[in-house]
Amino acid sequence: MSGQADLAPAQSASTSRSRATRSAFARFGPPMLVVVLTIALWELVIQILDVPSYIWSSPTQIVETIQERFPDLMGHAAVTLTETLVGFGFAVFFGLAFGLLLHFSVMARRSLYPILIASQSIPTVVLAPVFVLVLGFGLWPKVSVVALFCFFPIVVGTIDGLTSVDREYIRMMLTLDASRMGIFRRVEFPSALPQIFTGMRVGATYAAIGAVFGEWAGSQSGLGWQMLQAKGRLDTALVFADIVFITVMALSLFGIVSLVERLTIPWARKGGVT
Amino acid sequence: MTPEAVTSTAAIELRGIRHRFGEVAALADVTFTINRHERLGIVGPSGCGKSTLLSAIAGLIQPDEGTVEIDEATTPGERLRRCALMPQRDLLLPWRTAIDNAAIALQNRGMKRSEAREQARPLFERFGLAEFEERTPDELSGGMRQRVAFLRTLMAQKDILLLDEPFAALDSITRSGMQEWLLSALEQEPRTALLVTHDVDEALLLTHRVIVMSARPGRIVRTLETDLARDRPRREIVTSPEFTALKETALESLEL
Repeated sequence: MSGQADLAPAQSASTSRSRATRSAFARFGPPMLVVVLTIALWELVIQILDVPSYIWSSPTQIVETIQERFPDLMGHAAVTLTETLVGFGFAVFFGLAFGLLLHFSVMARRSLYPILIASQSIPTVVLAPVFVLVLGFGLWPKVSVVALFCFFPIVVGTIDGLTSVDREYIRMMLTLDASRMGIFRRVEFPSALPQIFTGMRVGATYAAIGAVFGEWAGSQSGLGWQMLQAKGRLDTALVFADIVFITVMALSLFGIVSLVERLTIPWARKGGVT
Repeated sequence: MTPEAVTSTAAIELRGIRHRFGEVAALADVTFTINRHERLGIVGPSGCGKSTLLSAIAGLIQPDEGTVEIDEATTPGERLRRCALMPQRDLLLPWRTAIDNAAIALQNRGMKRSEAREQARPLFERFGLAEFEERTPDELSGGMRQRVAFLRTLMAQKDILLLDEPFAALDSITRSGMQEWLLSALEQEPRTALLVTHDVDEALLLTHRVIVMSARPGRIVRTLETDLARDRPRREIVTSPEFTALKETALESLEL
């Protein structure tokens, strides 16, 4: 048999460790440098102009506040984190379920998809006080705001992912005796996963902000609540400390979703099927 | 190479197939039969309705006029159960390894993954793919991907293989290797095969009979029997006078 030449695998052997480190630095180095320089400049300007700390705090003041108030901050962070995660969990569950419903039922898609798109013109934030009125000051109004924030990108990711599957794959699967369910399980759903994850990553960046909005509308604890309290007392450093915590929380959730994505669909980074 | 038996019972019978896409007539009155375990080539210019013809045979579309009969089955659903289609693009699923891609038809029929893999394994060894079972598609070269795609088509265990320009995306050296590989594979696993291609050499080398089709709307302009002595190297076949004569007739029918 001829044609041995094409037996060689397309991919070459391992990449060296130092090359990986170098490429990581090339990727993360420049933005890190910008962040460090910005913080240094910020510190310098506050020191030179001698700005009072209640107007604008310096990075060192913020760090000091975080150290002093750490247990307190962590307590409120736990509240906000719970709201964020539970809300995000609901959004993932209902987002996927709704996306699948719209994919499988032509009637549901025709009647509900336009409404779903139109509903996005309602600013979700303004619904927060309504949830507080209906659900009280506890966990659930915040969960609702978070879920509503994250729901849309996940639904859209799911539907777009499922509908953008190349028709050729479906034709091929039909000649390979696939049922509707077989096509869904073996082709449509896996190939929709990259877009579903994109929706989840967008949702993850909104989730913590949703929880803070919920807390602003009415609460007795959480980072958003602590922020309002600190603002009232002109404790600007604590306001910044809360912002730092919220940011870290949002970035972590984003990072976790990205990590899960990398582990679940390693093939997607090498080019999918669509 | 062993001489393969082509029985004279018709496996596929097409009568008066016409099909339009809106205003565009794709096929105009196509009639032919294919015998069991015969390999039939179809050549024609781009847009002569070759792919439409395959879709119509497979039951993926129902032609506007005419009948397709496969072993007395005429409905699209019954035809779909008897045909396996191999497209030009390999369409391997990137999240499945080579063996899981090849065995997908068995899983589609409800077989457990482990069992499906066990059934596919011997074919990997027989067709020169041993040790590539656990590679993912992106770790395979174009030729290897096309082999896996062909195994996937074989694993469907259908009597009829519809090959839609299977090697068109490959470079010419890889392609000639693949053509010989396909020939030996079909000798080990005889099937009724329909090979659509725009490569006249490929059609003449791989099939028993070649149908030449005209530009849109596609109709049959000529049928060529390719009774070439195949038990000699490829270079001898393609330079032999009988091959050259066949090729000339085919090109003339294509108005080239």
